[in-house]
Amino acid sequence: MANATFRIWRGDSSGGKYQDYTTEISEGMVVLDAVHHIQAEQANDLAVRWNCKAGKCGSCSAEINGMPKLMCMTRLNTLPLDQPITIQPMQTFPLIRDLVTDVSWNYKVKQGIRKLKPRKPDAPDGSWRMQQSDVDRPQEFRKCIECFLCQDVCHVLRDHHKHDEFIGPRFLIYTAQLEMNPIDADDRLGDLRREQGIGFCNITKCCTKVCPESITITDNAIIPLKERVVDQFFDPLGKLFRMFRSGS
Amino acid sequence: MAEYQTFEHDVLVIGAGGAGLRAAIEASAAGVNVGVVSKSLLGKAHTVMAEGGMAAAMGNVDDRDNWRVHFADTMRGGQYLNNPRMAEIHAKEAPARVRELEAWGALFDRTGDGRILQRNFGGHRYPRLAHVGDRTGLELIRTLQDHGIHQGIQFHMEMTIVTLLVNAGRVVGAFGYDRERGRYALFHAKAVVLATGGIGRAYKITSNSWEYTGDGHSLAYHAGATLLGMEFVQFHPTGMIWPPSVRGILVTEGVRGEGGILKNNQGKRFMFDDIPANYKSQTADNPEEGWRYTQGDKNARRPPELLTRDHVARCINREVKEGRGSPHGGVYLDIAWIKEKLPNAEEHIKRKLPSMYHQFKQLGDIDITKDAMEIGPTTHYVMGGIKVEAESQMTDVPGLFAAGECGVGLHGANRLGGNSLSDLIVFGKRAGEYAAQYAKDNTAASVDKAQVDEVAQKALEPFGRSGESPYQVQHDLQDLMQDLVGIVRRQEEMERALEGILKLKERARHVGVGGNREYNPGWHTSVDLNNLLTVSEAVTRAGLERKESRGAHFREDYPSKDETFGTFNLAIRKGPDGSMQVTHDPLVPMTEEQKQIIEEMK
Repeated sequence: MANATFRIWRGDSSGGKYQDYTTEISEGMVVLDAVHHIQAEQANDLAVRWNCKAGKCGSCSAEINGMPKLMCMTRLNTLPLDQPITIQPMQTFPLIRDLVTDVSWNYKVKQGIRKLKPRKPDAPDGSWRMQQSDVDRPQEFRKCIECFLCQDVCHVLRDHHKHDEFIGPRFLIYTAQLEMNPIDADDRLGDLRREQGIGFCNITKCCTKVCPESITITDNAIIPLKERVVDQFFDPLGKLFRMFRSGS
Repeated sequence: MAEYQTFEHDVLVIGAGGAGLRAAIEASAAGVNVGVVSKSLLGKAHTVMAEGGMAAAMGNVDDRDNWRVHFADTMRGGQYLNNPRMAEIHAKEAPARVRELEAWGALFDRTGDGRILQRNFGGHRYPRLAHVGDRTGLELIRTLQDHGIHQGIQFHMEMTIVTLLVNAGRVVGAFGYDRERGRYALFHAKAVVLATGGIGRAYKITSNSWEYTGDGHSLAYHAGATLLGMEFVQFHPTGMIWPPSVRGILVTEGVRGEGGILKNNQGKRFMFDDIPANYKSQTADNPEEGWRYTQGDKNARRPPELLTRDHVARCINREVKEGRGSPHGGVYLDIAWIKEKLPNAEEHIKRKLPSMYHQFKQLGDIDITKDAMEIGPTTHYVMGGIKVEAESQMTDVPGLFAAGECGVGLHGANRLGGNSLSDLIVFGKRAGEYAAQYAKDNTAASVDKAQVDEVAQKALEPFGRSGESPYQVQHDLQDLMQDLVGIVRRQEEMERALEGILKLKERARHVGVGGNREYNPGWHTSVDLNNLLTVSEAVTRAGLERKESRGAHFREDYPSKDETFGTFNLAIRKGPDGSMQVTHDPLVPMTEEQKQIIEEMK
């Protein structure tokens, strides 16, 4: 049986250090399996968040050899096993302990985004009529498992700490999904432009790169939203057109 | 004297999956103060894993469908041990609950004329499951979460409840701790809704997430409620098998709904050899007809791969036992073959089953558009649970309600796929509604502080001991249940299991943990162990008592259905001496109208 060494961050907000653990590895193992073995056999109090082990719940986000990934979807055979594999918690959120971070900021942000405002139903039974082609795009955004890896990697949050001014890629696709929902009748463009800081995104696309659901965050959500904001607030012809249409 | 923070709520919901969130939304809409406790972060409960869809007789794809057919299908699947009143309510109210989700932002796949699309699933006569790709569970929980966060509900995330508090004959609250800091919390509430899901973590191979340690079942049992039907544990026929790290992870029935077939190592479609008598008239007798059914031909009957889960699981088990299984101990599930029938098969599979494609590619190194999958049975769902009154979802303990998988009654001896997601929203809504009403109708009752102090002290005992690791006890329990109380059960094996469980209970009393209370999974496991042991004992005792085979409960020593056993549910209650008592409780009888519907649909 082969062995591998895992260099895992142990500690809390007051400090800590990396600790090396060696454990047996076998075919098809993922990083989370190794962490579980270490937890069961060598470090009973190793704090790690996990739930489904199948890439669907977004609980086990971490940084593996510097890359933000889900631990349950990172196969050991994709990593160089002749050196220690470094596992550290997400760096963009306050540390609770070991690999567990405080992601509560994300929940607060979501509450500040205006919820769906449905238009009048299309049918007497209270339902709507929508074509598959109408829902394909927002359905892509609703695949999001809220792993917050995109938030973790975005330099606006990670390096510039603009948590008070920028909602981050996760909530930009959340807003996009609401704006593109065929039955929504609200307008969130003003919020995006002002409080939610869509202007801070400079299309670096690190978010798209780390998304475990392969959601095309920047191209399919952020850029279209930026275009809508520009159309609404910065297009002089558009302004003129709207003035005439609303009947002055 | 224990130190704890106190929270006051009118209604406390324990569990934030589909049922818990739906209950919380309904209770807060009724104007009462609601708190929700969850072991994991909001939006990450096990509901997130559900793939197939939610069953509702909307008739969007086949207008022959209506609540009566759905009711009959549910009762037939449950082998008539269901609570018929719950089955009727569910069939009637599911369509409205599904449509409501759309008003809250859910985006289902659409039919050609713009309505919610419905797919075929095992045991349902007509295509009935509203879905979005193969991630309907995620869609449900996200929709409820996004709606619920604007309702003024207080969410207590990453908190575990250790005991319910009962005083003067009714529930008065709950006591638990937050996982992050290990600090105790007392919840003072007028009504409590349990929505804690199932018990899969009592078994080695399961599709369930870590949370499924039977907490609600155990909390209710120890609080004086009744458990029914605990012998009925569903082993989903298709879980992944290889590599070992993914063993048990679900492969949705939807793969078979889209045309996937089961083959043994001789390449034979073995399901055709074994079609049960009561399904013969509804099942195709040749592969061509089975294929046409999956493609929407209304004149075709379903392929045998879409028979009920208990039957399919047993057939797979038999193929493996008799040496016709795949290299790693399962059988083959093949959807790649449809390229013989469809020109754009690869793209079609990726579009209809994206997360299955992803799951197998990432974790199993298999491209399901080209190769067959190795699959085998996995512990998936528990039909049994906390006894509730059909309309209100109230248990035998006043003020205590239960909804979702931890409740019992809708599914009888075997659950149909798709009926769980609809169960959550139909009965979650009712539990919330009636819990709110109960809170309005009753004043708050006081908590027994001495009880709280005792519980608080007991939970911390593992810190003071240098005993066995709780992980080891949990591991041994999982092996025991897997081997001795699984798909095929025998008297002698279950008796050994019972002895084993009693020994494990003793070992659990002496486990030790290191470190401190902050985010200490070892400590959490030592607390969860008690729940796992309680439900394992319940499943085993009920399994021993039911000396017949029916639905998901199969006894090699009593392989046939026995009509005398078809007249009662097995009830489990805590006796005055603290021991587990099993009795025969009569079924809720069907009304004349319900009997007629069953006859018509035979």
